[in-house]
Amino acid sequence: MTTRIACFGGIYNNYLALEAAIADAQRRGVDQMFCLGDLGAFGPHPDRVFPLLHQHDIQVVRGNYDDSIGRGLNDCQCGYADPRDNYFAQISYDYTLQNTASDNRAYLRTLPAEIRLEIEGRRLLLCHGSPRRTNEFLWKSTTSTSFLNWLADQHQADLILATHTGIHWGRELSNRRAFVNVGVLGRPANDGRKEVWYTIISIDLHSGISWQFVPLEYDFRRLSSEMTAQQLPPEFIETIQTGWWTTCLEILPAKERRKGRY
Amino acid sequence: MPAGVLPQVVPSHLDALWFQVTGLRCNLACHHCFVSCHPKNNTFGFLSLADVESRLEEAAALGVKEFYFTGGEPFLHPQIVPILIAALAYGPVTVLTNGTVLKADWLQQLRDAEEQGIYSLEFRVSIDGFSPETNDPIRGEGTFVRAMRGVQLLVEHHFLPIITAVRTWSDADEPHIVAEFMQALKEIGYARPRIKLLPTLQIGAEESRSCGYADHDRITPEMWAGFDATQLVCEHSRVVSDRGVHVCPILIESPDSLLGQTLAQSLAPFEVSHGACFTCYQFGSICANPSSASGKDR
Repeated sequence: MTTRIACFGGIYNNYLALEAAIADAQRRGVDQMFCLGDLGAFGPHPDRVFPLLHQHDIQVVRGNYDDSIGRGLNDCQCGYADPRDNYFAQISYDYTLQNTASDNRAYLRTLPAEIRLEIEGRRLLLCHGSPRRTNEFLWKSTTSTSFLNWLADQHQADLILATHTGIHWGRELSNRRAFVNVGVLGRPANDGRKEVWYTIISIDLHSGISWQFVPLEYDFRRLSSEMTAQQLPPEFIETIQTGWWTTCLEILPAKERRKGRY
Repeated sequence: MPAGVLPQVVPSHLDALWFQVTGLRCNLACHHCFVSCHPKNNTFGFLSLADVESRLEEAAALGVKEFYFTGGEPFLHPQIVPILIAALAYGPVTVLTNGTVLKADWLQQLRDAEEQGIYSLEFRVSIDGFSPETNDPIRGEGTFVRAMRGVQLLVEHHFLPIITAVRTWSDADEPHIVAEFMQALKEIGYARPRIKLLPTLQIGAEESRSCGYADHDRITPEMWAGFDATQLVCEHSRVVSDRGVHVCPILIESPDSLLGQTLAQSLAPFEVSHGACFTCYQFGSICANPSSASGKDR
């Protein structure tokens, strides 16, 4: 018996990608869908994300953005260190805070910091950044395998699922355990492709844990024109249209930065 | 915390392990160096490849996330290339260099090793003024041109060095100073420069330049209340020298910085009683890379 779950990372207001991802996951016959948080940021019309999550019973983990918007903090707690990264992050944040209805903000305050599941005897831990910190960046090229094994030991998990960085990757750990960063639906993965990514996790009693990264086509032209209409920065729209990141660049480690255009 | 008790940092986990790989031996003698490095400083010995390998094994058992190599100038070590390649098998590596002694064949070997593995190799190159006129009075005659040549060599080998500069200018001057430097880097072929600015630390050689910290430049119990200690490097890092394991790279010359012989022993609470601790308190994890920014969500 194999159980398959779809995991959506940061949505960043990209309700068009979320709609497409839900349809795609349903078509593939997944058993359940989850979202690992950061419903807001970057894109237009924050309130359009919430009805989709409710209609499809998608359980959501609280991201740093959700915590900030829910509590009306001054910034997104994204964890950037560079002034330019922070400048653009603040534009998204102010827009999202201004345009999120109070009932949706109340919903964000109800979200849990983690979700734990047990499937076919395997312990799954769904979190946003890392199990120990909501806004920890776990990049493929700066996260040692021994650190991930330590996290899995400490948090008693066979599979840790996270997002936050915006780029999907996975690694097998000791004792048939694994870590998977599920990517994000909010914007492309700095790979020159217009698709965004989500992840299907399969858990099988005999063969164990496996994962598949799914590139997702969606109506990026419509998203771009709505972002223009909402007067969001042209730098953000360029990312949607080209697949290359133009902002949040200083947070990228060398290997991830080198793969991008900027 | 009762009045009069000094604030202590209790490490939560060893995230970053630093190596004082060439002790305090450096080919330069910068006026603002926080650890008195210079060409004849023999207070600490070099770490051997075998020393580093055994620390890497120890670190792996503790779940260390990343490794940093500093000195002195790491590239004065005759075994630095095999040392960095050994570390890349265990996790991400950052090396802090003045960029003046790099050689093309070393960089080619390192580039190949990084390419074949999963982890990033970051170079942080120290340049402290964005022209010979501003840099050389601090770092020494001719060092600007030599360091820029080092940056160029790194870029030619497809590295993306992080240029670190200690803020020795006023806030008002910063935007135009940084813009001019970005331009200078682009002119030598570095199309997307990465820059990290650091505060000055008034210890080591800098102490004689700026008179050091005053007695009141200390973290007080009042300042400590409610402070997020995860922002401090000593909350999640340690540094290895030939004497043992110290609390942080900045305090390596202070006798109380030596916390033990094994990594596990060194994960003891540390009293943040130094003037330099006050700078970390003000500015956060100044030694970490931007991609490893710490500080918990609120």
